[in-house]
Amino acid sequence: MAEVVLLDFWGSPFGMRARIALAEKGVKYEYKEEHLLTGKKTPLLLETNPVHKKIPVLIHNGKPISESLVIVQYIEDAWSDTAPLLPADPYGRSQARFWADFVDKKIYDQGKKIWANKAGEVQEAGKKELIESLKLLEGELGEKPFFGGETIGYVDVALVPFYTWFYSFETIGNFSIQAECPKLIEWVKRCLERESVSKSLVDPEKVYVDLILVLKKMYGYE
Amino acid sequence: MASNNGDVKLIGAWASPYVMRPRIALNVKSVEYEFLQEQFGSKSELLLKSNPVHKKIPVLLHNGKPICESSIIVEYIDEVWSSGPSILPSDPYDRAVARFWAAYLDEKWFPNVRAAPMAATEEAKNAAVEQLKEGLALLEGAYGEISKGEDFFGGEKIGFLDIAFGSMLGWLRAVQVILGGVKLLDEEKTPDLCKWAGKFSADPAVKDVLPETEKLLEFSKILMAKMKPASSS
Repeated sequence: MAEVVLLDFWGSPFGMRARIALAEKGVKYEYKEEHLLTGKKTPLLLETNPVHKKIPVLIHNGKPISESLVIVQYIEDAWSDTAPLLPADPYGRSQARFWADFVDKKIYDQGKKIWANKAGEVQEAGKKELIESLKLLEGELGEKPFFGGETIGYVDVALVPFYTWFYSFETIGNFSIQAECPKLIEWVKRCLERESVSKSLVDPEKVYVDLILVLKKMYGYE
Repeated sequence: MASNNGDVKLIGAWASPYVMRPRIALNVKSVEYEFLQEQFGSKSELLLKSNPVHKKIPVLLHNGKPICESSIIVEYIDEVWSSGPSILPSDPYDRAVARFWAAYLDEKWFPNVRAAPMAATEEAKNAAVEQLKEGLALLEGAYGEISKGEDFFGGEKIGFLDIAFGSMLGWLRAVQVILGGVKLLDEEKTPDLCKWAGKFSADPAVKDVLPETEKLLEFSKILMAKMKPASSS
């Protein structure tokens, strides 16, 4: 097995976090695709993440790490001499961790209310909540080019992958995130100028057609 | 008392396991702090101002600057008072393992501790109890691997995962009673965790902040009365 292996799924924002972090640190790794849409999980996934059986899993010298933010923090700790994702001061670190945790607590679930439901109360609630969350994040970004300051950091890594699902939310929910949060979309564009991000994120239209619509059909969310 | 630790305040409540975590961490570092207790059922102006996003305890105020979310506060305490005994392990992989299990406890396991006594049906209650037992079996295994023969997840002294998990012991014990004596921590099934729980509870940084089971049982009656809607009769 290669020294660094990433078990991942192409459309997963959580997997994209790990991809960006590894790219920022210049770490060479073997990418292994879990074909989640087939409904089958590989023996390697079940062995390396027996508790959750979920991707991403980072395997470094045979030792597995699961949970995307735990993985990103591990990458930060293990390759600490290059491209730090967290600031040096404890207070700055605590704030970065807080906002990454906020992304984790809110964005996926709020987005799911939109894409996994027909037009109606739940979907409307999802739209309202998602926009509120994104506006809070816009506020936190302020006038900085990135959440990490002059370069991308922990919060940028935690949040930017969800951009790939925005097109799906907007198309299904019939609303515009750009219209509500223009500064955030400008921030996304700046992130995409970095190779670590542009090479790690997938095409939002592909997410809509090949993932979200497929999931909707698979689970009967129509 | 003025010190070169700066002004340290913690907004919290005695019964909350999440609040207990930074209290234990501050004790490990021998940092004195002012404990600002919230009144049950209402949120103070200071809390709402310091944690406008979640409006929850605990909040650490260090020289007036707020830090929120219990695990994040514990990591902050470890980093600021770096000359004291360390709380996170130093090895990156060990840190990842500790963070992984702390997240598991928060997201998967503890919600069942709260859900079990409140379950609407016998079936739901049994399901929650099963989940709790399965989780404890996993944690028993994890303890064996992580402690490497020492007393604690953190080794010779309590560390991040001991604090994350141990802070839940008060409620675990209370819920065992509320559920009519169900054995969650079990001498036969989870012997190592039973021993660990005893040592953790007796640790000097812990014993004064871990609430007594009796007090939690009294408090749980108030909680449950507030949460269950009055039945129509």
